[in-house]
Amino acid sequence: MAEEKKLFKVTIDNITIEVEPGTSILQAARMIGGDIVPPTMCYYSKLKNTGGYCRTCMVKVAAGSTADPRPMPKLVASCRTNVMDGMIVENITNPAVLEARKGVVEFLLINHPLDCPVCDQAGECDLQDLSYAHGTEGSRFEFRKRTFERIDLGPYIQLHMTRCILCYRCVHTANQVAGQREHGVLDRGDHAQIATYIRESLDSEFIGNVIDVCPVGALTDRTFRFKNRVWFTKPVEAHRDCPTCKGKVRLWMRGDDVLRVTGRKDQWGEVEDWICNDCRFEKKKVSDWVIEGPTTVNRHSVISQGHYTGIKKPGETFEPLMHRKPKLLMDIHAVSNVNKVDLNNIPGPATGKTFNGDPLSMGNNPTDVKEGVGRNMAGTDSTNPDTP
Amino acid sequence: MGRKLLLDKAHIEGIRNYDVYRRNGGYAAVEKAFKMAPADIVEEVKKSGLRGRGGAGFPTGMKWSFLAKPEGVARYLVCNADESEPGTFKDRYLMEFIPHLLIEGLIVSSFALGSNRTYIYIRGEYAWIVDILEQAIAEANQAGFLGKNILGTGFDCQIYVQRGAGAYICGEETALLESLEGKRGNPRIKPPFPAVKGLYDCPTVVNNVETLAAIVPILNIGGEEYAKIGVGRSTGTKLISACGNINKPGIYEIDMTISVEEFIYSDEYCGGIPNGKKLKACIPGGSSVPILPANLLLKTVKGEKRMMTYESLADGGFATGSMMGSGGFIVLDEDQCVVRHTMTLARFYRHESCGQCSPCREGTGWMEKILHNIEYGKGKMSDIDLLWDIQSKIEGNTICPLGDAAAWPVAAAIRHFRDEFEWHVLNPEEAQKRNFGLAHYADPLEVSVA
Ligand SMILES: Cc1cc2nc3c(=O)[nH]c(=O)nc-3n(C[C@H](O)[C@H](O)[C@H](O)COP(=O)(O)O)c2cc1C
Ligand code: SF4
Ligand code: SF4
Ligand code: SF4
Ligand code: FES
Repeated sequence: MAEEKKLFKVTIDNITIEVEPGTSILQAARMIGGDIVPPTMCYYSKLKNTGGYCRTCMVKVAAGSTADPRPMPKLVASCRTNVMDGMIVENITNPAVLEARKGVVEFLLINHPLDCPVCDQAGECDLQDLSYAHGTEGSRFEFRKRTFERIDLGPYIQLHMTRCILCYRCVHTANQVAGQREHGVLDRGDHAQIATYIRESLDSEFIGNVIDVCPVGALTDRTFRFKNRVWFTKPVEAHRDCPTCKGKVRLWMRGDDVLRVTGRKDQWGEVEDWICNDCRFEKKKVSDWVIEGPTTVNRHSVISQGHYTGIKKPGETFEPLMHRKPKLLMDIHAVSNVNKVDLNNIPGPATGKTFNGDPLSMGNNPTDVKEGVGRNMAGTDSTNPDTP
Repeated sequence: MGRKLLLDKAHIEGIRNYDVYRRNGGYAAVEKAFKMAPADIVEEVKKSGLRGRGGAGFPTGMKWSFLAKPEGVARYLVCNADESEPGTFKDRYLMEFIPHLLIEGLIVSSFALGSNRTYIYIRGEYAWIVDILEQAIAEANQAGFLGKNILGTGFDCQIYVQRGAGAYICGEETALLESLEGKRGNPRIKPPFPAVKGLYDCPTVVNNVETLAAIVPILNIGGEEYAKIGVGRSTGTKLISACGNINKPGIYEIDMTISVEEFIYSDEYCGGIPNGKKLKACIPGGSSVPILPANLLLKTVKGEKRMMTYESLADGGFATGSMMGSGGFIVLDEDQCVVRHTMTLARFYRHESCGQCSPCREGTGWMEKILHNIEYGKGKMSDIDLLWDIQSKIEGNTICPLGDAAAWPVAAAIRHFRDEFEWHVLNPEEAQKRNFGLAHYADPLEVSVA
């Protein structure tokens, strides 16, 4: 047998693990798992040369290696720094790291629109997760935010540049997965933007993957825009015999309707297999797919908590504290059926009626495919006059 | 009179032309170098103690010896002529008036490093200098100092001039290499360093124009002799581009033995401050280095005279010192407003950030907006602390040193001139009417050291 490969011993937040040479600090931390894994916004293990840009994954290297135990002078991007034997890394055990990370989150947010209530990404947005975990409550930014116009990059993808955090993932995806790149970063500094040089559409059989890699709501699926909140849809794993890709996808269902098709994401929010545009945008019937079963959602908390039935009523704290009954103006649980309706049972958007005694009633979805009308390629863009 | 090694022939009529340059001892260094082994040239440069003139001051000989030499892989030498730092304009002078000095230095260095294709990456705005350099390269080709089998040694070398498109960030060595490869000028994430994987993934050395020009006198007089000039680890001569409120702005070659005070006030150099005004502050090494108030500029905290050397200018660290940087010496007299000045610099860095990493992309713009508010009478007291906090979160947390370069001037201005910021906040109308700051820092002769 060949000589056994020497493993490197690395200690992250007092937990030691042995990894192969060439492993990055981030990968080592992911092997350990749990709270000590630095958050990432730009690194993507499935793509080469990603990472290093967003600076959210910065950690302190308290000792470089056994051979050279000096600490590194600056915080380093864990996604772009390889481990050395005997390296000691501090992530959540180092207040300076957490402080710097807070700063990065603040920088990412100062020009971010935070229009989560109308953003399709809400519920599965890395920036939302990041700011909940590491951000501060308020903002110290008192100026007008930077904005861009929304651009349709062809029939399938809309670019909402205002929400972009310039993670470059979509650029690498277009280079490495789609095989051709028609978009890129134009201009520089805080006026840099993702764009096509002239308003061109992105067309390549695999370009739809940029939607999946985008950590925020900057690149969205025009066939799904405003159709539903992700936490109202139920993810199931499915596959089909696809001549172009592996055909292993995740369907986002509402009743029997397939509202959206995406790649399957792992626990780090990265897709397992790239899927082609045909699977993503054109196969929106259940009959197109072989359903494997429901997805176990373990990371995106909002989605995993989207079970709107059987919710436990919270205990009252008022009486024990005040020693009297609250003076109720209205008991929300008595007048509303919100918590009793299983939204998965209805195939369309809920309306007032749904909650007022007719749990199976539903409204029309304006972008649903109507018989004889043809597909609504224009999406529901309020700035687009062609929108129904 | 200090010793001149780079500009000693600058006054000669027609020195821009090959014939005149050659008649005055030009290309002797090439002739000498080609009789030496490349490793011995590197050794000579090591002995000279020459430190990079592009800003960081990294020992050149050491940098050269780090160059990887894998079998069968090309090596490149790239000359960084992107000179875009506000206040720095020394490379321009060298290239414009004595282009053959640079070409000669490049040939020697290419030979030492084994670079058969050597590039000069020049900032786009220096359009007319491109013609001058290309003329010089053509003349050197004609004379047989470039091309195939130079001086019968079997060594081939060609020099190409590439124009940038006007981005400061392309002066950062890895952004420069990206740009040279025809890509977007984004700094690369290091490691790997250019010495291992540089231009087209080949081992590459990037050096400043002045660094490469200094190779010529080092070869001519010998590394040891060169090292005798200056003090300590600041060896040889350095070009300083002086500007601002001085009587004689321009390029000066100093041997690093004079004091800052002498440099500003002596007639040989800047010739003092015009109109009888007093010195208020100075940025001694180009816009990226910390600004110093007059008292700390002329004397260190220990009460010693501050000298024009790498070590002395940095004495006291960032708390009370600054840096030699790229040698852009900007002098501010008592009428100048530090807040306005800092705002202008912040605007520059905001505009020049490449936008790759979040702290620099977002932070530089934010700082500019706050400084703009303070300068235009809309600032709040809390803005000053906020500025401090923002700069501290940019510094050290970015891919390339531009983030630091944007943070340092703001940090130093607040550190040393905090009451001027406060005065702007408290007297918004007056601050705008006068458009200059407080004068009481200007007290060069009675130095009271904090
Ligand atoms: C933002 C930025 C801009 C720079 N601009 C220049 C420049 O215009 N000219 C230069 O020689 N070095 C510049 N540098 C320094 C180079 O990265 C590099 O250190 C230098 O070219 C090395 O040459 P030297 O060892 O001869 O000093 C810049 C660095 C940064 C971070
Ligand atoms: S991208 Fe994320 S943080 Fe931004 S608006 Fe959309 S959901 Fe909110
Ligand atoms: S559009 Fe999305 S994927 Fe592309 S750079 Fe912006 S945030 Fe990243
Ligand atoms: S520090 Fe600024 S200039 Fe340098 S890589 Fe980051 S964004 Fe670009
Ligand atoms: S994930 Fe490491 S810098 Fe963005």
